Amino acid sequence: MPETVSLTIDGLQVRVPAGTPVATAILSSGRTSFRRSVRGEPRGPLCGMGICYECRVTVNGQAHLRSCQIPCQDGMDVQTDG
Amino acid sequence: MDKIRHECDVLVVGGGPAGLTAACSAAQARVRVTIIDDNPHVGGQIWRREQRKQSAPEAVEWVKKVQDAEVELINGATVFDYPEPGVLRAEASEGVYELSYHQLIIATGARERFLPFPGWTLPNVMGAGGLQALVKSGLSISGKKVVVAGSGPLLLAVAAYLREQGADLRLIAEQAPRRRLVPFGLALYRHPRKVLQLITLEKQLLGVRYLTSCWPIAAEGDEKLRSVTLRQGSKTRKLACDYLACGFHLVANTELAALLDCELREGTVHVGDFQETSVANVYCAGEATGIGGLELSVVEGQIAGYAATRQNEKAQALFGSRSKLRRFALMMDCAFQLRDELKDLPQPETIVCRCEDVTLEKLQTQTGWNSARMLTRCGMGPCQGRICGSAVEFLFHWTPKSVRPPIFPVRLESLASMSGASEGHREFFVEGDL
Repeated sequence: MPETVSLTIDGLQVRVPAGTPVATAILSSGRTSFRRSVRGEPRGPLCGMGICYECRVTVNGQAHLRSCQIPCQDGMDVQTDG
Repeated sequence: MDKIRHECDVLVVGGGPAGLTAACSAAQARVRVTIIDDNPHVGGQIWRREQRKQSAPEAVEWVKKVQDAEVELINGATVFDYPEPGVLRAEASEGVYELSYHQLIIATGARERFLPFPGWTLPNVMGAGGLQALVKSGLSISGKKVVVAGSGPLLLAVAAYLREQGADLRLIAEQAPRRRLVPFGLALYRHPRKVLQLITLEKQLLGVRYLTSCWPIAAEGDEKLRSVTLRQGSKTRKLACDYLACGFHLVANTELAALLDCELREGTVHVGDFQETSVANVYCAGEATGIGGLELSVVEGQIAGYAATRQNEKAQALFGSRSKLRRFALMMDCAFQLRDELKDLPQPETIVCRCEDVTLEKLQTQTGWNSARMLTRCGMGPCQGRICGSAVEFLFHWTPKSVRPPIFPVRLESLASMSGASEGHREFFVEGDL
């Protein structure tokens, strides 16, 4: 068994293998909308490699972070805006 | 925010195939080499580490070589500023790096080209490489209905990978016509390794429909994707799916090179025989110099690494294989050229700039990039035009704007590290906000 970490996504506790990007953890938890666009449309990851900024979320209170580039860590608090 | 000073002889920006091989070659000269990369791990996109299985043997080998050569790795750090020659600044969670170097090798790779069509902003419409990256990092695709569409050899590689991971692959739609792909297929036979790759792909994709001259015209859904409508000739078909993996070949990441004032030609970094750019002590290798594939990146990386450390003979020994691979790259460019019909995909109300929700009709009344930026905010969001830029260039032939720091959005604390910046820099603070 790989090592796992536990974090909360919109208040819901999830456990994922260590090293999983936050974006993957969010999608795996069943969410597809990560944020709302300027017009209020749902948006989710597009490029998967840190270029498009569509997957940005709030991690431990810090807003606008690219969830595809941040590995999950124990006790992390992730808030989507979807 | 902590300022972290770092000094090296050769700084390599980008830890993909070109960056890793450049670092290894440079390290043979017994100089201090550092790789800085935006991702949590080196490998870049094609050698991205996988959650469930071993990475490609070649990738493992190069990463080991880099470690054995005592190349320093800085991961999760985004280069955003070039305050003076010989210095770059990068933002990481641990602070702002100030990196001093004598020689710089730019190996920033490529990104997918995205073209706007109705519904392309829906969640679960992703890049082909984008979906692959997420699945490699642990997203389960087993039993999910997937349509792969767009253009380029990446579509096949992604489709084969997703199928291996259990995806229910409904269709691969390639916009290029068969008559262009046939000569490309024949050219492959001069490259035994590529033939092997193709045969493997064919086996993996046995029974999957691969349609040429076919492309998506709309994605449907409300909160997320439900189906995609594709066109081939006069026929249209609607397919239910969970994911649409869609990218129209690749475009070079040239922002850092442009910031350093390196000469660009046709959207790629222009280099000489030794991979040297137009700026002294700055080299460039891999996809940023033109889309050429993995093998070319590996050869160019080695040449750049040798050249940057005056190991010119070793560099010259690789010129022959580079020429051969570049000829192949030209064939690829020609085969996967975008057809003009794709310009008709976006409707007046279709969003082109996803960051600022700028629609096609708002752009149609503009005269160029500058007026579009000022009057519609197109390209002014956090991606700084990296996504809409190549689409706008294709749709309107507008030449891209000049590049100013920060070339990636950064935290206010990191901006403060630029406090010695000129007026020009300061002006950007206002524009570059999230």
